[in-house]
Amino acid sequence: MTVGRTRSIALSGLSGHLVDIEADIASGLPALVLIGLPDASLGESKDRVRSAVTNSGCAMPPTRVTVNLSPASLPKQGSGFDLAIALAVLAGTRDVPAESVASCVHIGELALDGRVRPVAGILPAVVAARDAGARRIMVPAGNRTEAELVPGIEVVAVASLAHALSVHGATVAVPDVEVIEPPIEPEVDSPIRDLSDIVGQPDVVDAMVTAAAGGHHMFLLGPPGAGKTMVAERLVDILPDLETHDALEVTSIASLARVARTRQLVTRPPFIAPHHTATAVAIVGGGSGVIRPGAVSRASRGVLFLDEAPEFPANVLDALRQPLESGDIVIHRANHSARFPARVQLVLAANPCPCGNAGVADSTCVCTPDRRRRYMARLSGPILDRIDIHVSVSRVSRAHLFDDTSPRMTTAQARDKVAAARALSAERWGQRRPNATELRTGKFRLAPVVVRALDAALDRGAVTMRGYDRVLRIAWTLADCDASGSPTADHIGRALYLRQGVPA
Amino acid sequence: MARKDELGRWGETVAGDFLVANGYEVLDRGWRCRHGEIDLVARAGRTVAFVEVKTRRTNRFGHPLEAITPAKFARLRVLAGEWCRVNRVHAGCVRIDAIGIIGDGIAIGSLDHRVGVIE
Repeated sequence: MTVGRTRSIALSGLSGHLVDIEADIASGLPALVLIGLPDASLGESKDRVRSAVTNSGCAMPPTRVTVNLSPASLPKQGSGFDLAIALAVLAGTRDVPAESVASCVHIGELALDGRVRPVAGILPAVVAARDAGARRIMVPAGNRTEAELVPGIEVVAVASLAHALSVHGATVAVPDVEVIEPPIEPEVDSPIRDLSDIVGQPDVVDAMVTAAAGGHHMFLLGPPGAGKTMVAERLVDILPDLETHDALEVTSIASLARVARTRQLVTRPPFIAPHHTATAVAIVGGGSGVIRPGAVSRASRGVLFLDEAPEFPANVLDALRQPLESGDIVIHRANHSARFPARVQLVLAANPCPCGNAGVADSTCVCTPDRRRRYMARLSGPILDRIDIHVSVSRVSRAHLFDDTSPRMTTAQARDKVAAARALSAERWGQRRPNATELRTGKFRLAPVVVRALDAALDRGAVTMRGYDRVLRIAWTLADCDASGSPTADHIGRALYLRQGVPA
Repeated sequence: MARKDELGRWGETVAGDFLVANGYEVLDRGWRCRHGEIDLVARAGRTVAFVEVKTRRTNRFGHPLEAITPAKFARLRVLAGEWCRVNRVHAGCVRIDAIGIIGDGIAIGSLDHRVGVIE
């Protein structure tokens, strides 16, 4: 008989695809048939739609209704299609003007009483709708603030199905309902911490500023209680605020990970510290039905801190190798794949041995040499080779703890320094950072006298080819921190020290 | 007879009249065997239709046709074969229909005839 149409968005990873939803009101026994690769929660949609329609003052047509989600090959999950399905059906029965429904994208889960529930992943879905050329999108009232973060598309927030129908021009009574809000995340009151809390470790603070300025990965080695965790937490504090594009990406990942009230864009870089019992899937992302972002994606544009790194299973650490190089991760499952950003600054922390006392003055290590060797060997060479800055964090003496009155850098000062260094590097590199070869041989090539120490280290086999390029990059970062234009032999020397600071 | 059964009988009469008025010949009504009951058997040309009739007083608890379950149709399929065997009818084309009636036993509120409801 008649067909109603509308559109919605299916997310895979952070990218969304426009899904056409058609409802055919045919002759036959009353039934709602859903086709087009729905998963279990989407399959249950028909029962929610049936109840919500009946409780919104409309009637489901007492005939056979076939709802098709197209493209049929794209797997679709979740409850976010409910609103679109209900409106397509009611457009098919001409309970609501069909043209208006067809021209709008709809996202929202239906409650049985006809209210519209908020869903996860609204931000990337609205971005996808806008990029696909949609001009108008209807979202749950509970997701209004999140959806309105996206410029360039008209956002209509609706509290109930009846409200949605009336927006499209149907004559229905719109009950005054209570908006279903997403759960409020408990305010994590960020502990008051400052870079100046770190006493007696000026080397470590310098290394942190360098790491923050150049986005270099860090490896912190030291005995228990030396302050490795303290350092890692303060590293994220001295990173500059996120730029708009990055902020949108970070907020999208957070939106995808859960349904929550998003009031504004996340502007501070994330800090994610998974426990060492985490699995590879928890770190890189995965899942069979819905592919979810892992810790490395949730930490994208921020810091991923792996405390007690040697305790992580080897496969978990090695799974990080590829995303660290490429800055994103593609997760493949049997019937689809998803791409997530994974541009993290990695910070690894480790004790020098299982008992933690190796190399510490006034303590005795009880580990056998073999046990010590095995412990460090769990951090594979390839992963350590990707880490630019290796720092030894030692226990501070009592004199430092109580009597150190020397001026220490505060978080605010360090952030300014980092921002200034980043501005210099952005000005020099322009749109595109030069790749390793361009850095070695192009116009940024350094004079032989400057790189003599580095060349010697390469000849000795003390650094790898990758290591050579990384040292050059650290040297450029150090030069930017000093605002000295171009690296000097001293910068190269310090870069070599940072790269190899841990006596292996 | 219980009130609901009376209503059912009335619905089947109404449905039969409706089919006759639409050019069908009613071959059987309320035919029973050990598998169950067929409400109406009607013929139009070479087609024999086995019709399940469902009657309700109001729409309040859903349309009468919503009450016909897949299990009921599975049974109707068996019954249709059984009826043809017992009555030695070799129909050119067999079909299963459903008729939903809303009415109070006197006046008909609405009547829906769904043709060929099983694929």
